[in-house]
Formats: sequence, C-alpha cells, structure tokens
Amino acid sequence: MKLHDTLSGLALLILALLIGWHAGSFPNVPGQQIGPAVFPKILASLLALCALLLILRGRQPATDQAWVQLGAWLQSPRHRRNFLVTLVCLFFYVLASEFLGFLLCGVLILCVMFYALSVKTSHIVPLALGITLLIHTLFYKGLRVPLPWGVLSPIQW
Amino acid sequence: MSFAVWMQALNLVLDPQVLIVILGAAVFGLLIGCIPGLTATMATALLVPLTFFMPPVPAVAAIVTATAMAIFSGDIPGALLRIPGTPASAAYANEAYLMTAKGHAELALGTCLVFSAIGGLFGTLVLIMFSPSLAEFALQFSSFEYFWLMILGLSAAVFVGSGSRLKASISLLIGLLIACVGMENPAAHPRFTFCLPELKSGIELIPMMVGLFAVSELLRYVTDMAPPPVVVATKIGNIFGGMWRLLKTYPVQLLRGSALGTLIGIQPGAGADMAAWMSYAASKKFSKEPEKFGTGHVEGIAESGAANNSALAGAWIPAIVFGIPGDSITAIAIGVLYLKNMNPGPTIFINHPENIYAIFIVFMLANLIMLPLGWLTVKIATKVLNVARNILMPTILLFCIVGAFAVTNSSLGVILILCFGVIAFVMEENGFPIAPVILGAVLGKMLEENLVTSLIKSDGDMLLFFTRPIAMWLAAATFIIVTWPLFKWLLQKR
Repeated sequence: MKLHDTLSGLALLILALLIGWHAGSFPNVPGQQIGPAVFPKILASLLALCALLLILRGRQPATDQAWVQLGAWLQSPRHRRNFLVTLVCLFFYVLASEFLGFLLCGVLILCVMFYALSVKTSHIVPLALGITLLIHTLFYKGLRVPLPWGVLSPIQW
Repeated sequence: MSFAVWMQALNLVLDPQVLIVILGAAVFGLLIGCIPGLTATMATALLVPLTFFMPPVPAVAAIVTATAMAIFSGDIPGALLRIPGTPASAAYANEAYLMTAKGHAELALGTCLVFSAIGGLFGTLVLIMFSPSLAEFALQFSSFEYFWLMILGLSAAVFVGSGSRLKASISLLIGLLIACVGMENPAAHPRFTFCLPELKSGIELIPMMVGLFAVSELLRYVTDMAPPPVVVATKIGNIFGGMWRLLKTYPVQLLRGSALGTLIGIQPGAGADMAAWMSYAASKKFSKEPEKFGTGHVEGIAESGAANNSALAGAWIPAIVFGIPGDSITAIAIGVLYLKNMNPGPTIFINHPENIYAIFIVFMLANLIMLPLGWLTVKIATKVLNVARNILMPTILLFCIVGAFAVTNSSLGVILILCFGVIAFVMEENGFPIAPVILGAVLGKMLEENLVTSLIKSDGDMLLFFTRPIAMWLAAATFIIVTWPLFKWLLQKR
C-alpha cells in the first residue's frame, strides 16, 4: 500500500509534534541545563522539518501520485489472506503460548502457514511436527531457553 | 606484545567449539545467500538470537563467516537464474547469467568464488593493517570529536546512498527516536515507555533487528505475486578450471575492485551492494573492451565480485575503531559487540586486543574456507535453488518467534518482531529505506551521550564544538556532505 507523500508527511508531522509535546513534559535535572528532553526535542524538530519538506514535495505539480495506491497483492485474495495469516500467527503466539505451550503453538502455526502456502496436504502435519520438535530441541535443550510448556507441562522432558 | 596477542587470538579461534560455530555459520550463510529473497542481512539477523548465548569470539565469528559466505553465494542464483541471491550480486547477475546461457557457467561461478575470496582477503588485510593505528589516533578523541564523527557517519549514510535522501533522513530520525525509549539516557529519566515496565530498559535491539530484516522479508514473500523461479537443471563441471589464467589476465581489475570495494565499505552507509555497482561501472569505464560488457563478459564479474566481498571487511574498520557501522550488517554486529561487553571503540585494542585479533583471524579463515565450501555449494546449487520456499518460510517464522522469545524470555519479544516487521514492510512499500533505522537505533544512545557531555562541558559555548582541530575538520566534512546535494542542484540550475 503506497501512500501519497503528502499523507505520509502529514502523519510524520503529527508524530513529530506529539513527540515534541510529550518531551516537553520531561522534568529538568536540578542544577543542570541539559535535561532528558533536549535530544528528543531536537530529533522531533528535525523530523517535523523533514515531514514538512515531504508534504511540500508531494504538493509539486510534477507528482501525480494517487492518494492511496493499493499494491497488486492487495487485490489478490490469496495474497491478502496470506499476509493476514502471517500476522495472525504471530499474534496467536503472543496470546496463546503461555497457555498452550511452545510445542502446540509451533505445530499449529506451521500447519496453518503450510496450508496457506499450499504445501502438499499429506506433508503438512509430519513436517510441522518434525520442524517444531527440531527447533524446540535446539533452543530448549541446546541453548536452555525456557520455552513455555503450557498444557503439556505434565509430559515435560 | 603483538605476537603474543596474535597467538592468544589464534588459540581462541582454534578452540573446537569456535571452529564448529564457524563451519555451521558458513553453511548457513551459503544456503541463505543462495536462496533468492533471503539476504546476507537477514542471515545476520537470524543468527543474532543464537549468538546471544555464545561467548564474544564465536558470536562475532558466526556473523563474520555467515555474511562473507552469503555475499558470495548470492552470485549463484544470479548466474543460474538471473535473480541475485543478495542485493550485493545484483550489479553483475545479468552478466553472469549471460555467461551461463553461452555455456560458461563454470567460468562465471568460478570467477565469482575465487575473486570473492581474494577480495575478502584484501579487505581483511586493510582491516588488520589500518585499524590498530587508526585506533591509536582515535584515542585522542573527546566527546566533541565523537559527536561529529557520529554525525558525519550518519549523514554519509543518508546522503551518500541511492534513493530519496529525504526519506532516508526520516528513517534515520525514526531510528534515533527509537533509541530514546527507556531510561538509559544521561538523565536516567524514563522516556516514551508508555508506563510499561518492560520498556524501561529500552527497546531490545535483537527482536527489533529480527523484525526489521527477517519478518518484513517473510511478509514480502507471502505477498509476492511473481511466479516461483524455475531452475534449469544444468550440470556444473569444474569451476576452478581456467582461474589461474583469469587471475593473470585481470590482476589490475582484481586490485582495483578490491581497493574500491574496501574504500566504499569503510564509509558509512554504503555497503557491499554499492561497492559492486560502482566497481562494475569502473570496470566498464577502464576496460579495453567495454563493448563486450553486457554480453556475458567475465571482466566486470571479476572486478565487482572482488569488490563486494572486500567492502564487507572494509565496513568493519569504522565499526571496530569508532563503533560506527559501515552498513546494516555491521550495525547489527555492533549491537552484538555491546551485548557481549566488547564495546567497540579505540579502547577495544587496549582492553580486549585478543578478541579483536581473533576476529581478524576469523575473517581470514572465512575467506579461505569459502573456496572449498563454495565449491560444494555450487555442486548442490540446483538442489538448493529448488528448495521448497513454502516450507522454508514458515520455518523461518517459527525461528524468528523463538529467537525473539529467547532474548527477552517473554512474549514482548514476539510483539516487537511483529510491530517492527509490519513497520519495515510498510516503510519499504513507501520507499523509506530500512538500513538507516537500524543505524540510528544502534548509535542513538551514544550520540545523545556525546552530545549531552559536550554541551555540559562547553557550558553553553557552542564554539567549542568547532574549535578543536579534529572536531573542526569533522564538522567541515559533515557540512560538505549535507550541503553537497544543494550545491549540485544550484549548479544545475545555472
């Protein structure tokens, strides 16, 4: 999705103003002129300047950009779905990993992704199981990362 | 003293564990580089969560080896499919493909491999020879010089690269603002933490890198409409045949490519890909037979193949000596050095000389083992290129999740890779480059520290920023780089 430079510029300008405004609330260090607000304020001012330039550039008559230009993939249902599936898988891990544990989450995520990317149906489950176990072994046993077990805690190994 | 340090460093590298890490990273780099769409930067970002658990030397060794290999093996799909495996191979992918079409696949791939290795060794030699003396010089620097040096590096990163300077500047500012999050600032005041205790220590660099360079790449893959490339199974014979003759024919090209590549690598912002493009152009310009370029001629491949690998080593010079990254790979590597308490900067040669010399040895070793391992990769290339990417990509996604979790031990890491993956994807779709974000995020804290220290020291007298001799030159150089586009524009108008 391609936004018109003027739109991106406006969004960045608002962001810069918000940052500058919030930085204004930082307290000063007693006995010191240079407080924690100085650096973010400089950055926010520079960002606002760049955003203004971007808006100006977008207003030049030579640029006949659409306000919002949808990428080709956004018009293809399959690609749109795959994009969403990838994000949902990550979200799913954040929400469910504590409860379901890494192994179940991993297998589920891989199954869904493989299905979405049209891996041969008979290969999906064995591959998802194998790969999840491999990654689990590498990180849990090899690097001792405390990956959550969740509902599988009784059979923890 | 120096010899003893070298021996100590050699001992560190020859540790079987380190050697296994180097070998593993080499294979990993070769495979990632060979698969179109997976870049050397992505290889680094994926390795970082693993290096988190290693001592400093193997951690850095893994990154050095994997990137050197990935930059070479990016040439393989270039020659066989006309699709560069990494952006650094893009300059001559067409030329190499045309050679393959003429039936000279062996010569094209052999040239890529041998000249890459020699270019890499050249860059390493420059790194070994110049960085210690540069570090000695840098010991005289105070916060003023460091402030200007960082500003110079960051402006070069934004103003020298190709693409929109304005958008690159915005990317850089976003990166610097990300570095402001948390309370690790001179005043120790929690900033932009949204009242989340997890953000008090700032935004973790590793999940951010994984998000910016790996998750965004995955999103690009799942939205890619291009049909999957079809590999024509070609049998590849002995790639080393005729190399000696080629080395004797093009010694000047080899030297010029390596030297230019190293120089481009040293200056911040321009990495291996730009080195390859510029060397290819230089090769054509100075060639006795420029008309053959673009028809499957080996000369340009030899020169730019050497250049991109030498740039990789060159980029480490400012990274090690000043802590200023030359490209996004060294930006990630600097993040790793900080995590390992090996803070880059001139004092690293005083505090941990053995570690730095060990890194030098790893560079040498990586470029040497590139020859046999690269040969093997070429042998199995048609199989690697046919690897089912619809199986590989979800596996990488799971790997990213675990990697992010491993570093933060909480789901926050996964939230970070998700956010930064989407941010990078949207930014790239809109023409904002990603590399400046990581440069800003890595350098932000140091830049602020040096700015605040200098401001406090100067007590309001801004002249002090310009009156120390080295600081003055650095400021002047920054001024020239920043105003150069304006001058050019004015000249063109007249």
